[in-house]
Amino acid sequence: MKKIILTTSLFIVLAAVIQSCTKDLNLKPTNDTTSDNVYATPAGYKQVLGKVYGAFALTGNQGPAGNGDVQGIDEGFSDFFRLFWKAQELSTDEAVISWGDVGIQDFHNMNWTSNNSFLTGLYYRSLYQITLCNDFIRECSDAKLGERGISGADAENIKQYAREARFLRAFQYWVLIDLYGNPPFVTENTVIGGPPPPRGTRSEVFNYIETELKAIEPSMPAAHANEYGRADKAACWALLARLYLNAKVYTGTDKYTDAITYSKKVIDAGFTLTSNYRWLMLADNDKNWGPTGEFIFTINYDGLKTTGYGGTTFLTHAPVGGSMPASTFGISGGWSGTRVTKNLPGVFTDITGATDKRAQFYTAGQNLEISNVTVFTDGLAVTKYKNVRRDSIIVNNVKVPAPGQSQDFSDIDMPLFRLAEMYLIYAEAVLRGGTGGSTTTALDYVNLLRTRAYTNASGNISSSELTLDFILDERARELYWEGFRRTDLIRYNKFVEGTYLWPWKGGVASGTGVPAYRTLYPIPSRDINANLNLIQNQGY
Amino acid sequence: MSCKNLLKAVVLSALLSITQLLHAQDRVISGKVTDSKDGSVLAGVNVIPKGIKGGTQTAADGSFRITVGPSVTTLVFSSVGFNVQEVIIGQRTNVDVAMSTNASSLNEVVVIGYGTRMKKDLTGSVTAITSKDFNKGAITTPEQLIAGKVAGVQVVSNGGAPGSGSTIRIRGGASLNASNSPLIVIDGVSVDNGGIAGTANALAMINPNDIESFNILKDASATAIYGSRASNGVIIITTKKGSSGKMRFNFSTLYSLSTLPKEADVLTPAEFRAYVNAHGTPAQIAIMGNANTNWQDEVYGNASTTDNNLSMSGTYKKLPYRVSIGYLNQDGILTTGNLQRTSGSITLNPKLFDDHLKIDVNLKGSITKSRFADEGAIGTAVRFDPTQSVMTKSNRFGGYFEWLDPSSTTGLRKLAPLNPVGLLEQRTDKSKSQRSIGNIQFDYKLHFFPDLHVNLNLGYDVSKGQGTVFVPDSAASSYKRSPDAKHGGVNNRYLQKKSNSLLETYLNYTKDIKSISSKIDAIAGYSYQDFSTTNYFGELNPNGVLTDASGAKWNPYSDYATDGYLISSPTFRTDKQQNRLISFFGRLNYTFKGKYLLTGTIRRDGSSRFSEEHRWGWFPSGAFAWRMKEENFLKNVNVLSDLKLRIGYGVTGQQDGIANYGYIPRYTQANAQAQYQFGNNFYTLYRPEGYNPNLKWEQTATTNIGLDYGFLNGRISGSVDFYVKKTTDLLSVIDQPAGTNFSNKILANIGNMENRGVEFTLNMQPVKSKDLLWDFGFNITYNKNEITKLTFANDPKFPGNLVGGIAGGVGSTVQIHSVGFPKSSFYVYQQVYDESGKPIENLFEDRNRDGQINVDDLYRYKAPDPDVFMGVNSNVKWKKWTAGFSLRGSFGNYMYNNRFSNTGVQRNIIDPLGFLANGSRNLLETNFTGNGDKYLLSDYYVENASFVRMDYINVGYNFGAFAGKSTNLRIGANVQNVFIVTKYKGLDPEVFGGIDNNFYPRPRIFALNVNLDF
Repeated sequence: MKKIILTTSLFIVLAAVIQSCTKDLNLKPTNDTTSDNVYATPAGYKQVLGKVYGAFALTGNQGPAGNGDVQGIDEGFSDFFRLFWKAQELSTDEAVISWGDVGIQDFHNMNWTSNNSFLTGLYYRSLYQITLCNDFIRECSDAKLGERGISGADAENIKQYAREARFLRAFQYWVLIDLYGNPPFVTENTVIGGPPPPRGTRSEVFNYIETELKAIEPSMPAAHANEYGRADKAACWALLARLYLNAKVYTGTDKYTDAITYSKKVIDAGFTLTSNYRWLMLADNDKNWGPTGEFIFTINYDGLKTTGYGGTTFLTHAPVGGSMPASTFGISGGWSGTRVTKNLPGVFTDITGATDKRAQFYTAGQNLEISNVTVFTDGLAVTKYKNVRRDSIIVNNVKVPAPGQSQDFSDIDMPLFRLAEMYLIYAEAVLRGGTGGSTTTALDYVNLLRTRAYTNASGNISSSELTLDFILDERARELYWEGFRRTDLIRYNKFVEGTYLWPWKGGVASGTGVPAYRTLYPIPSRDINANLNLIQNQGY
Repeated sequence: MSCKNLLKAVVLSALLSITQLLHAQDRVISGKVTDSKDGSVLAGVNVIPKGIKGGTQTAADGSFRITVGPSVTTLVFSSVGFNVQEVIIGQRTNVDVAMSTNASSLNEVVVIGYGTRMKKDLTGSVTAITSKDFNKGAITTPEQLIAGKVAGVQVVSNGGAPGSGSTIRIRGGASLNASNSPLIVIDGVSVDNGGIAGTANALAMINPNDIESFNILKDASATAIYGSRASNGVIIITTKKGSSGKMRFNFSTLYSLSTLPKEADVLTPAEFRAYVNAHGTPAQIAIMGNANTNWQDEVYGNASTTDNNLSMSGTYKKLPYRVSIGYLNQDGILTTGNLQRTSGSITLNPKLFDDHLKIDVNLKGSITKSRFADEGAIGTAVRFDPTQSVMTKSNRFGGYFEWLDPSSTTGLRKLAPLNPVGLLEQRTDKSKSQRSIGNIQFDYKLHFFPDLHVNLNLGYDVSKGQGTVFVPDSAASSYKRSPDAKHGGVNNRYLQKKSNSLLETYLNYTKDIKSISSKIDAIAGYSYQDFSTTNYFGELNPNGVLTDASGAKWNPYSDYATDGYLISSPTFRTDKQQNRLISFFGRLNYTFKGKYLLTGTIRRDGSSRFSEEHRWGWFPSGAFAWRMKEENFLKNVNVLSDLKLRIGYGVTGQQDGIANYGYIPRYTQANAQAQYQFGNNFYTLYRPEGYNPNLKWEQTATTNIGLDYGFLNGRISGSVDFYVKKTTDLLSVIDQPAGTNFSNKILANIGNMENRGVEFTLNMQPVKSKDLLWDFGFNITYNKNEITKLTFANDPKFPGNLVGGIAGGVGSTVQIHSVGFPKSSFYVYQQVYDESGKPIENLFEDRNRDGQINVDDLYRYKAPDPDVFMGVNSNVKWKKWTAGFSLRGSFGNYMYNNRFSNTGVQRNIIDPLGFLANGSRNLLETNFTGNGDKYLLSDYYVENASFVRMDYINVGYNFGAFAGKSTNLRIGANVQNVFIVTKYKGLDPEVFGGIDNNFYPRPRIFALNVNLDF
């Protein structure tokens, strides 16, 4: 009897266990959450908007590193502005780097390939940000807001968030057409996990950016009416102005008149130059933003709360080496990486900075000539970015600039657009034959920059000196190391040509021209391989 | 009732029922066992009541004494080298047996998935290694017991740190991004391979002395019963069981001394001075010191290990039991490292209801206390300037010499190597890990239908690891490390818990149908397994509340400075990771005329890691074996004692080693250091994660053809196996078309890979006489791995997926997965050499002839996995002496010498960053400056790392009885890691993965042991 009971009970237990457990395979993560939870409240929308913007400043979900957004590249390298800066500066006369990370010297040698990890990283970073924007825009649709019961002022705010996401997407598409030409084209209608997207030609994407910016611009907040760090009307105009200045390169058709129109809109919106040029790139440079400030749109970094190894942290650490005292730069130590070729000091009449304050070079122990790119002391160093504040503190009875919050991560915000560029766009577009502006105004604008640089009118120029070549040099003096140089040289036909050389251009000490196809970077072979709709740029 | 509670209830009630149902009806049988040839007594003969688990062994004088139940009618006597003998006992209480010799092992019982088989009845490729064949010496982790013993199985230790585990590969590994480790089943519980926080590896918590056998299942017909986790083979570990008779004790003690076999070859202080004087700037020459320090001498030292084990086994009334306790105390040769493991196990194997119900209870537990040495010191000991002394006169940084920079806020030179002695002595990284594995297994033979067994197995594997890391705020390694540079040091604690529960049940039907000369053995079963891991960022007090050391509530933050200042915080207080597997399985063995054997298995597995549409997978296999020796045409060929052909095919799956929730769209929250600022407010961010709703099983189809042979009555035996493993739908991380997912790389099922190979095993007894017995074993394996598909498209310019990060250039990789090549092939530039054979720096072959050197000139050169590996074992027994060795060889494996490439360049010695560093003497051969971004990827640094290693040599003496008949005393001496023959120029040619950089050196170990039975 006992045995039968045992046997029977055993079977009953087994049957019960099997019954209850086959449905147990639906497990959910404990800490992660779903889109319905995230977007249940307006506050949740703003947190995702934070990521849509924050992807410009951060490399991942864990500051400073450890949970990156972009795979297949060292996370510290995967920062947007660090990669953008390398692609725009290291390939030109404005910067050299001493490091041996695989592929980085290709920029100087101008022999990059479709497998270059920095070019691959920038491409994926840019498209990652576009994908974030697309997803967010999708979640901001009227239908979704209706489903979630969000209405009234909350709904209006969220629709404004969506317009800003469209601006950021347009910005990243500008990056892609400027550097890579013909990117994959995705919008909020692209399905996540869906088929490979179509290729967008440079002209098509140019038109898309223009259309998008013009569509959102009327509803955007007025200049400086939005929160610091968020886009407004002026940001849309500034991007349009930059796009139009380079339209001939992108589409074959010039749009200088439009460049004048939109740069003028920005200039007339109440912006003024920061009084001291050397305050532009300091730890408290958020002071350059405001109703009458110079900054139009910035990437916001914070030494404690927005941390990573890219952006202005890179720009403050990489240029410090040799005999440069790290504490002067508000950092615990430099990375001994970036310097300039002699062409950049060459555009200044006085490199000491005594007259033109924009000349910020460190010369002690540094050689002007570069006999070896990978030696830090070859090439002058640049002191433009410092993680210190305008104000001073007393240390050991000596007055020194107050350091930023962290010695390891920079507080400096990076302006993607500032007023000085708009002045220079206006002047160049006028000189290139755009209508609606005047050379007198152009001269005034350029002299505003020079008056600030010289702290008086001694550096001002006359109308006869205002030439296109002068503008290119003035752009170098005013905007060097801010990520403009490659685009500028291409517009002036000086990037690949043998007519304009700098040390180590094309991997040769005296410089050499390279084939014209290198004005575009290659589409990374990884994406060519994953997306059969793409076509590799000619030459690669 | 949840599954977990249900399991608990079942386990509890089952445990209760055993104790109730025990009652004694035993009798005692004693006797003596002799050799039929000369009448000498035989010690160590297994005496086992037929049909029952457990048993005893004869003592040194050949006597045995066993307690058996009334159902036992037959005793089975077995011993290596002798024919198994079954003796019907009738009413006798005294049974004397004379055994005849036979070297054949065909009647050995081999443990397979969900059951056992006689070796002769196997259809699949299975190798059994029992304790008598285990490797000898100071072995602290189980897998080292079988290193080099089994064809097709590589066991590569992960380094010389105490308790560090090994990487095990069976037939090359079937996956790219999912796990390549075999499934390990300990006494019926398939365990979590992942380890626990605070231990070096999962198996390290099992005491090797408790292990009776390893059974390695290699081909699909053997492994497919484990379905979705079987692609990389299965290792079944069985622990020792209780014996019959009165209580017997075994005590073993071992003392060993570990020494550093070889130091990394760096510049001597004199060479260093000369080099800096010749190449340095005046400033660099000026910063040299006056000392002559061998930094490697400073960080390494001889280390002792003691290992004591006591076990007792016997039968109490009707309950066979074995209880053991072990204590291991092991120092590392890198000073400050230590591991202390206390382990215990209890095994109970009662049989009830006239042996209709067999119950096996296995409980194992261990507590491991570790202090981890800062292994960063291995690298800095190689690199630290030999002209500096260890200590300075300053009290700063604990008095240790460090590179200074007065202009930096910490006073330390940024990016300079840190004093290795300081690293070791200033870091206290301690952990305590507890683990328990246990199961209770019921096997019930139905009273009304004895051909049918019901088997129920309930198991668990729980572990808890917790630890503290303390570094004083004076230490250079974390000086003023807080973002505001005001707080330094480390004062952290961590806790992790894992729990793995298992329920398995199956029905087993066996029938011998004599009328049609057929035997049937069939099973059908169900398995449920749950794995969960929880990380806590704090410590739990007895009430389950997270607290700090003082008992106050601990913040849910994880990284603190010494003074308690919060440096960074994880987003959540805890994180729980969980996955489940549910399976249905069946197997049919059919034997016709005792010589035609057929096996078919099927398993259906469901995994919580996949969406409902892709969740379930079928894993079938079939095999046929032909015992040719039983055919008439071979029956009378006396020289041939065995010949069996095996052919098998099966499909297995793999889903281990991937994320738990990869198919679910989800958002994750960023931490406090990754916020973003709008206006004056900082926002915590939500990030959408990349996901793949179409994730599914990867599948490996294995074909195996094998031949088992035996000659001269089994004195020569072995097998040859040919196999092809084709993995399809590889779980590999691939590029997503940009713009279509939230991650540019996603785990997806794309790609195919193949492993092909041949295994050959030979076991022989070249000499066999009364006094002298020589056992010799040899195995060799050839394996070729090739990736056959990797992407949807095949752009010729797409080289493959880069892997294998190296030191020297941030983000640089030296290996690649490419179609048409072995996985992780080296991807390098082809070095150009001058007439004297010296490499010319930064001069590489322009392989694509386009006039420039760039990544398009990289090529695939060799791979880290060997083409051929082998093992040689020998054991000689002469009277009371034994002596043996084990030797392993590996051929065709290449290694990237990262220590040469990273430290053997001028730029490393006279660093432009304002400090000096020592480096590899390889510098004097190449004179490389280290400028440029390509020299790191030169094929010059990829070296042939083929080797032959003498794993151990041992000698032992058996004193026999020393205090009464049933006692036995053995002593042994042993040298491990005796020598290595290789062309490789680095320290050790055996580094798993093929990149050698700062590998913890494997010590040479001298051990003495004493083993006592009483």
